[in-house]
Amino acid sequence: MRTLPRAPGENRRALGDPSATPARRGAGRPAWLWLIAPSALFMTALFAWPLLVGIGQAFTGPDGFSAANLRRMVDDPYFWPAVRNTALLIVVVVPLQFALALAMALLLRERPRFAGFYFYVWVIPLAISDLAAGLVWLSIFTDRGYLNSALAHLGIDGYAWLSYQHPWSMFAAVVVAELWRATSLVFVIVVAGMQGIPRDYDEAASVFGAGYWQRLRYVLLPQLRPSLQVALILRTILALETFAVAQALTGRSMPLLVGETYQWYTVLQNPGVASAIALVILALSLLAAIGYLRLLRDRTAPR
Amino acid sequence: MRNRVGLHLACLAVTAFVGVPIYLVALAAFTSRTALNEFPVPLGPTDVSTETMRGFLATTGVTGGFLNSLMVGLATVVLTLVLGAPAGYAVARYAFRGHDSYQLLLLLTRALPIVVLSVPLARVFLRIGLYDTTYAVTLLHTALALPTAVLISSAVFVGVPREQEEAATVFGATPAKAFLRIVVPQALPGIAAVAVFTFVLSWNEVLGATILTLNQRTLPAQVLTTLSDSPLAYRFAGGLALVLPALVFIAVMRRYLLNIWGTLR
Amino acid sequence: MRSEPLKTDVTITRRTLLGLGLGAAAAPVLAACSGVSTTGTQSGPGAVNFLSTQFTPIEERQRFEKILADHVKDAKVGFNPVDASTFSTTVKSQVDAGDVKVNLIGGLHGDLAPLADKLADLDDVLSGLSDRGFASDLTELAKLGGSTTKYIPWMQATYLLAVNKKALQWLPSGADVQKLTYDQFLAWMTAAKSGNGGKPVFGFGAGPKGLYHRFFQGFLLPSFTGGQVTTFRSADAVTAWQYMKELWAQTAPASTAYDFVQEPLQRGEILVGFDHVARLAAAPKDKPDDWLMVPAPSGPKGLGYMLVIAGLGVPKGAADADRAKSVIKALTTPAIQSEVLRQNAFFPVVKGDLPAELPAPIRLEASGVQAQQGTGGAIVALPPVGVGAKDGEVAQVYKDTFKEICLDGKPIRPVLDAQAAKLNAILDQIKVACWKPDPAGTPCRVA
Repeated sequence: MRTLPRAPGENRRALGDPSATPARRGAGRPAWLWLIAPSALFMTALFAWPLLVGIGQAFTGPDGFSAANLRRMVDDPYFWPAVRNTALLIVVVVPLQFALALAMALLLRERPRFAGFYFYVWVIPLAISDLAAGLVWLSIFTDRGYLNSALAHLGIDGYAWLSYQHPWSMFAAVVVAELWRATSLVFVIVVAGMQGIPRDYDEAASVFGAGYWQRLRYVLLPQLRPSLQVALILRTILALETFAVAQALTGRSMPLLVGETYQWYTVLQNPGVASAIALVILALSLLAAIGYLRLLRDRTAPR
Repeated sequence: MRNRVGLHLACLAVTAFVGVPIYLVALAAFTSRTALNEFPVPLGPTDVSTETMRGFLATTGVTGGFLNSLMVGLATVVLTLVLGAPAGYAVARYAFRGHDSYQLLLLLTRALPIVVLSVPLARVFLRIGLYDTTYAVTLLHTALALPTAVLISSAVFVGVPREQEEAATVFGATPAKAFLRIVVPQALPGIAAVAVFTFVLSWNEVLGATILTLNQRTLPAQVLTTLSDSPLAYRFAGGLALVLPALVFIAVMRRYLLNIWGTLR
Repeated sequence: MRSEPLKTDVTITRRTLLGLGLGAAAAPVLAACSGVSTTGTQSGPGAVNFLSTQFTPIEERQRFEKILADHVKDAKVGFNPVDASTFSTTVKSQVDAGDVKVNLIGGLHGDLAPLADKLADLDDVLSGLSDRGFASDLTELAKLGGSTTKYIPWMQATYLLAVNKKALQWLPSGADVQKLTYDQFLAWMTAAKSGNGGKPVFGFGAGPKGLYHRFFQGFLLPSFTGGQVTTFRSADAVTAWQYMKELWAQTAPASTAYDFVQEPLQRGEILVGFDHVARLAAAPKDKPDDWLMVPAPSGPKGLGYMLVIAGLGVPKGAADADRAKSVIKALTTPAIQSEVLRQNAFFPVVKGDLPAELPAPIRLEASGVQAQQGTGGAIVALPPVGVGAKDGEVAQVYKDTFKEICLDGKPIRPVLDAQAAKLNAILDQIKVACWKPDPAGTPCRVA
């Protein structure tokens, strides 16, 4: 019987005494150091100085160290709406994406005809840049775009989906566009995770009378935990970062944190406040990553 | 029977949701400019013309940009795998102090919007003399792709049972040989998936490539900044031109995308 | 344990290894050359790297590159149009690092102003160009608030109203479309909206990249209050913004998504648009007889209008600066200036009559521009002079004022007071003298 896929935490048990590992390799530095070192050195060499300078800008005023940029950031009328919109977008889009990706993976698991074709089409948005996605959906939602054209063919009057006067349809449009663009990543990770799961447990559960939803909840999802964790962390960090689609659709009518970073850096030529906002994004990502790691830690495994 | 019909309908619905916007972009890129100005916009290929595509492809630097993007993409994949796969292996197999913080730090470099690093990054590359070369863009793209590569490849290696490697060493194989003959074949498809993600990331990355180059730009850097000011028809043509190579790439690699966690069952 | 798959694994392994090996072998070979040129030049002697924020639309770019290739014989010019943020990042990082690869930069006054301390002095070039006859306003602006010339005027444009003749049916009787007042304009647009079934016919570029702050700085406020900064919250300013609020009610709300209006005009979404001339040229291209280009309306204090100036500069420490300067001289010759007008609708800055053979849309615009500048009582407004990097923040004040009064519907007086305080905070930091149309005097503040 194949063993279950393990989360990184579980491997520690299998290792036993961690200090046994270096002994296997012989004298000298432990193996993991040689394996990690190139990537760590590379990232440090490339990013260390720019990060110091970039983050330092957030705290530099005209007379040296100052919190003026932070104060300016907080006083800006666009900042708090940006925080609210970013949080709202993540809270709405990420669960929807996971539900959609799971549904898509489950559909494919039933092996319909043309499953290969469906898989290809459903993976295509993975390769599409967010600028191109923004362009595509703008052409659909704009006042004289495809959606209103289709409605006109049916004899229904068009609606100004993206107008600042209709904040809810604006938000819905951004949600739909983001769902389209970014679900493929989650979908691919979930499908791959599902493939490693043996059907034995599922079949055993159904022999014992478990219904579809019960099998889903108690057999499948727990085994998907590692994939879901990876996907969740990746997706949230990326979600805090991308705004090209929202900007293409709504301009500045729906400010987002990353959009404000760009605005302060490029249009308003103020790198200090831009860095301050970037730090806020960094802090939020850190919180999210730690939160997910804690939340999705495998509590059933004996430690 | 009803379940199968429902299944097929659901699959078709999702395919429509994903596929229709792509169809619309392709349609708009091949519609004549006057037809695009009408309302309602034609929803079918009634007024096909290649004028915008031809005009777009005749822009300065489109072929050069395409070649540069290709070079950068392939080089990024190689460099990312060389740096990231070993690190992923280490994260999967060894529990060392700093195991979690290493991954967290890598992820956080991805979490910072790169725009605030524009000027210092450009200065770094000016100083080391690599400004305006594909090497610079490759290095930057590798740095951007490394966190995802390490994360996913560590998950790949976790999926290869440790017992097999240990069994091989018990039977006299050196750790390196055990790695090559046992782990690599099983992990290779998943590593190929990392290659796909990395190539797509590099192909579509625009901001970094724009700051680091002047006369030898990648395709997005060359085209995207000017596309947004161009007439609508060109935006579609450009959008399609940027999407097509990625579509081809995914068609080629899609088998490997299924194997992040181990061999296909 | 595993049984079957191992054999397949080996096959996959070999094939995949082969493929990956080929790819890995190809990559270094491809990477041996450091890149393929995308502008037709390499960074090296003999070539001039021209970084510009203008002519980004694909067709304008192709036409300008042809002009460069045909008319500039001294050097091979690699033309590189980019967006404003890449422009400033590139120049700043290169000058700071002391390794300047860009020889020549061209941009609007607002793009060059934040880079004032990174530009080389061009007094020698300017004195060599005395025969061109630049207007004194332009050469003053070109000093960017300092004492030496920082850029050479390249081209200019202004804003006009593009009117589709279909809209003339609602023009109030007695109003001359070439000499409208703001009140007449409002009455016209009101009649047009109700006549058009409740759909507004007027639009302007209030999108994220739209230059609508120039409309407030250069047209609305000078026409109503006579000033741009000092009169920001005077009683006349309240009247101006009250007017704007009423006008906004008659404007297409989709304007907040328009960066330029020529596409909405072409599509027929709006019939009357306000934008700068280079962005209006495409609209009448197919049917020039359906269009009129008229001057902006005039207000109680006169006809305020603002010039859009583009200039050419040389970054400090640029290699091969002499060759760049010769390209500047070439670009300011009347021949090339006329060509640019013909192809891309930017007007010359050199003194001289406009060429006779102009395409129909340009001819329309030229008559509109001449009418606007020739009007008695015209008030010339300049974009902010000497504010450097704060130009964006100053512009944001006007944009936010518009947003709060017209989009959010807040009461005018409190908004003006709050935004005036913000503007003063910015101006107090930089302490510059006021610019036209405000009376010159230091430091410039809102009264």
